[in-house]
Amino acid sequence: MKFMVLMIPGDRKSYEAGAMPEPALIDKMMQFNEDLVKAGILLAADGLHPSAKAARVSFDGPKPTVTDGPFTEARELIGGYWMWQVKSKEEAVAWAKRCPGAPGDTLEVRQVFDSAEFGPEVEAREAELKKVMEKNAQS
Amino acid sequence: MTILQAHKAIDAVFRIESARLIAGLTRMVRDVGVAEQLAQDALVAALEQWPEAGIPDNPGAWLMATAKHRALDELRRRKLLERKHEELGHELEVRRELAEPDVEAAIDDDVGDDLLRLVLIACHPVLSTEARVALTLRLLGGLTTEEIARAFLVPEPTVAQRIVRAKRTLAEEQVPFEVPRGAELEARLASVLEVIYLIFNEGYAATAGDDWMRPGLCEDALRLGRILAELAPNEPEAHGLVALMELQASRAAARTSPNGDPIVLFEQNRARWDRLLIQRRRPTTPTGRASSPSTTRSRRSRRRRWWS
Repeated sequence: MKFMVLMIPGDRKSYEAGAMPEPALIDKMMQFNEDLVKAGILLAADGLHPSAKAARVSFDGPKPTVTDGPFTEARELIGGYWMWQVKSKEEAVAWAKRCPGAPGDTLEVRQVFDSAEFGPEVEAREAELKKVMEKNAQS
Repeated sequence: MTILQAHKAIDAVFRIESARLIAGLTRMVRDVGVAEQLAQDALVAALEQWPEAGIPDNPGAWLMATAKHRALDELRRRKLLERKHEELGHELEVRRELAEPDVEAAIDDDVGDDLLRLVLIACHPVLSTEARVALTLRLLGGLTTEEIARAFLVPEPTVAQRIVRAKRTLAEEQVPFEVPRGAELEARLASVLEVIYLIFNEGYAATAGDDWMRPGLCEDALRLGRILAELAPNEPEAHGLVALMELQASRAAARTSPNGDPIVLFEQNRARWDRLLIQRRRPTTPTGRASSPSTTRSRRSRRRRWWS
């Protein structure tokens, strides 16, 4: 199953100012990303520009409204994301805990809908699988 | 956190660490079966202690230290049974390892080598193909016997027996835990690639059961392929295989209708193709040998298998 892991920077001020993290932290983060690659779970990772370069398009009237950044009102901002392919939410969480986050940072671990993986019909198929297994056991 | 949640969390940590654990332990005790048992013992210790004490900051190091101590006990026991010079040598090695401080970065290369040795031994030609598949999923993929049995729709005892026999064969044949060089390495890697692609194909075009696909197996194979490509970064074949599997997997969601019937390529809803996997498909081989057989197969397969 796939997970999108969102990075919500704790130090919003310096993130919004476009400041680079300490070199030591960047090294640690690169090492973490390398570990993800070696484990075969990293599909994609990107960092996002500060919200000054962003825009919001909202649909609360007859026509969409566009608000340009920065979003000073927003409670939390996403600074970047990873896409991981793992076996379970627990595994995603175990990896997220290894991330060298700065104080105040939050990682949000969200499962990606994937119709190829677990559709609503899966439970019905489980029974089918069992039947086949029993049949194979007899043969 | 309930006990069940704690166990799930520990299980997840163990899955992340188990291959590295087994690989490192095999180098010490020279027996995959014993190494796996030691790793399992460390897991049991974790399940007993972590729910109370919490998961340690470096769970991998904790598990390895616990398993190493048990390895030492195991070697002592063996030594009592039969005093072999060789095994005394092993004990010295383990002692040295225990004395060394666990510097992650310093041992990282060794870990990579051990993992490569483990992949190669799990896919060793003395084993039957079925045994290689089961052992690879078990040792490298971290799947339980039950999970492997479910994936291949065979009874659990059959898989368990395959794994036990495979481990015994490796011990009896005294298959060395090593990375061979030159032509032999090529041949051994080819065997690994074959096993991974076989796992992928069983997921992509299942031969057993009513389902056309078993996506879980595709994911296991993709993961194994990516791990191998990192372990052998100069092997264009490994990168080619990952590229091929990702290309095929990108269509997984579009290949079957909700009731499981196959949909041919030109009728597939392309919006359901996985763009991420398609983009990742670009084979980037460090040697620039774009014409390796796997990458050629990837190109050819696009023509030959246009319907799937």
